[in-house]
Amino acid sequence: MDFDYHAMRAFADSWGLLAMALFFLGVVGFVLRPGARRAADEAAAIPLKED
Amino acid sequence: MKYTTETMLVGLAAFLALLGAGFAADEPFRAHAYVLFVVLALATIVLMRRIDFSGDKMIPLRADGSGARPGGVATTRSESAASVAYMDDVVRYGVVATVFWGVVGFLVGVVIASQLAWPDLNIQPWFNFGRMRPLHTSAVIFAFGGNALIATSFYVVQRTCRARLWGGNLAWFVFWGYQLFIVMAATGYLLGITEGREYAEPEWYVDLWLTIVWVAYLAVFLGTLVKRKEPHIYVANWFYLAFIVTIAMLHVVNNLSLPVSFVGAKSYSAFSGVQDALTQWWYGHNAVGFFLTAGFLGMMYYFVPKQANRPVYSYRLSIIHFWALIFLYIWAGPHHLHYTALPDWAQTLGMVFSIMLWMPSWGGMINGLMTLSGAWDKLRTDPVLRMMVISIAFYGMSTFEGPMMSIKSVNSLSHYTDWTIGHVHSGALGWVGMISFGAVYHLTPKLWGRERLYSLRLVNWHFWLATLGIVVYAAVMWVSGIMQGLMWREYGEDGYLVYSFAETVAAMHPYYILRMLGGAMFLVGALIMAFNVYKTIRGDVRREVPMGGARTLQPAE
Repeated sequence: MDFDYHAMRAFADSWGLLAMALFFLGVVGFVLRPGARRAADEAAAIPLKED
Repeated sequence: MKYTTETMLVGLAAFLALLGAGFAADEPFRAHAYVLFVVLALATIVLMRRIDFSGDKMIPLRADGSGARPGGVATTRSESAASVAYMDDVVRYGVVATVFWGVVGFLVGVVIASQLAWPDLNIQPWFNFGRMRPLHTSAVIFAFGGNALIATSFYVVQRTCRARLWGGNLAWFVFWGYQLFIVMAATGYLLGITEGREYAEPEWYVDLWLTIVWVAYLAVFLGTLVKRKEPHIYVANWFYLAFIVTIAMLHVVNNLSLPVSFVGAKSYSAFSGVQDALTQWWYGHNAVGFFLTAGFLGMMYYFVPKQANRPVYSYRLSIIHFWALIFLYIWAGPHHLHYTALPDWAQTLGMVFSIMLWMPSWGGMINGLMTLSGAWDKLRTDPVLRMMVISIAFYGMSTFEGPMMSIKSVNSLSHYTDWTIGHVHSGALGWVGMISFGAVYHLTPKLWGRERLYSLRLVNWHFWLATLGIVVYAAVMWVSGIMQGLMWREYGEDGYLVYSFAETVAAMHPYYILRMLGGAMFLVGALIMAFNVYKTIRGDVRREVPMGGARTLQPAE
């Protein structure tokens, strides 16, 4: 195996952390983007459509 | 209905179990294989007799047949959705199994609480505390909670996707396969077969079986999502899917082990030392995070809006809640290993992520509670909704307490004491238990086509017994745990410890008795629920005064 514990740990607290933080911020930005409110209201009504 | 292939396969499996008993390498495996043989042989006989379990035949109707449900087996009462025939039989079974295993799990809990208070109740060797304790934890988490999750996820995914469950009878395999897992796990504990891993005690062969069942569960759930008619995947399904996928990953990694013999019960973990400890608590804490939290949040995001008849307070907050919970929870496990051989940075990491978890948890709690804004008056008249609201309140309370206990300096007092036990139970009884009871009460009249529950007054009794039982339990464990922690660390002027361990045990005796009483109240509440659900299924309706001031609406005379 050409990866070791220290390489994995260095990756986890640098690029790995950055990628996940950016993904999360992207999700938050996407959810709060202008125009998302109507889509969210429609989605929120899904359970109440059925019996 | 004929299940020819299934009958032959179960019969063959029963034969293989008998062979396993014959060639067993050790006594516990032999006994366990006989248990498996008996269970499978009985299942084969039941299948051969082709008993039709569908619809109303599950529970005998009243003699005059007045409780009969109109319509066939696959029901769609909603006229607008007449094109979709939902697969609800498996959900009905799941609801009954949830109630049954709930009562069993709570009963075992009361028994082991009594064993702690009165050690003479330990019956050697099968019913001593060491074997009964994993029976209790697995019965409430996996049997009660797991059945509630499987049943509600099958119900919710069909309703919110407007699609029938994918895979035909695969859903039945999931249900019965999971019950077999429960029976094998439970009997294994009593026989003394254990891996000794917290919340993952079953040995390698039971783990392998659960893996097969779980993959089938994932396939049914994903298949239904894929063929959905609703364009958007409702947030409850995100939580359920996260629960299924993460539990699969946790279960496989945590149970990597090498059996001593393929016809023997004993296996050894693939990890050793502190790596093994961290793997266990990575599993253990995320079992809390993804089994007991994410799955039941899926329940909350469907059943609270349904019961309140209002959409969730903020759908966008629910999506942020989801991603924040997913990103943070997985790192919190090391807080179970403060001041151990685990590297310091890992302990601090676990603590920091636990504290950050406070935000999504409270975001979700606010979202759930505020769904009632403008409808708070319903709490007065609807004890089912009240049950759901108290569960969200307990969710908020225990997700505040948890991060606080993960702080190292707090943990140095709380760890290994009863405080931890109290925390777990305010989460498990308060959050998981109450939201499941709410879902069961919501589902029972709908699934069996009843006008309403047999009795709302009995739900009210259940609500108060359970709530007060939890309060007694948690308060007593706080006092007992903090006392225990303080006694352990008490130094005299001479630099020696003031109390021996046995003295701390003796000091806890009265609290153990009170804890048992709190648990017994919770159990009585669950028995009332079982009775109420049974009567509702039979089609009885109790004539009673409606809840909450119905008289104020009467006109003046």
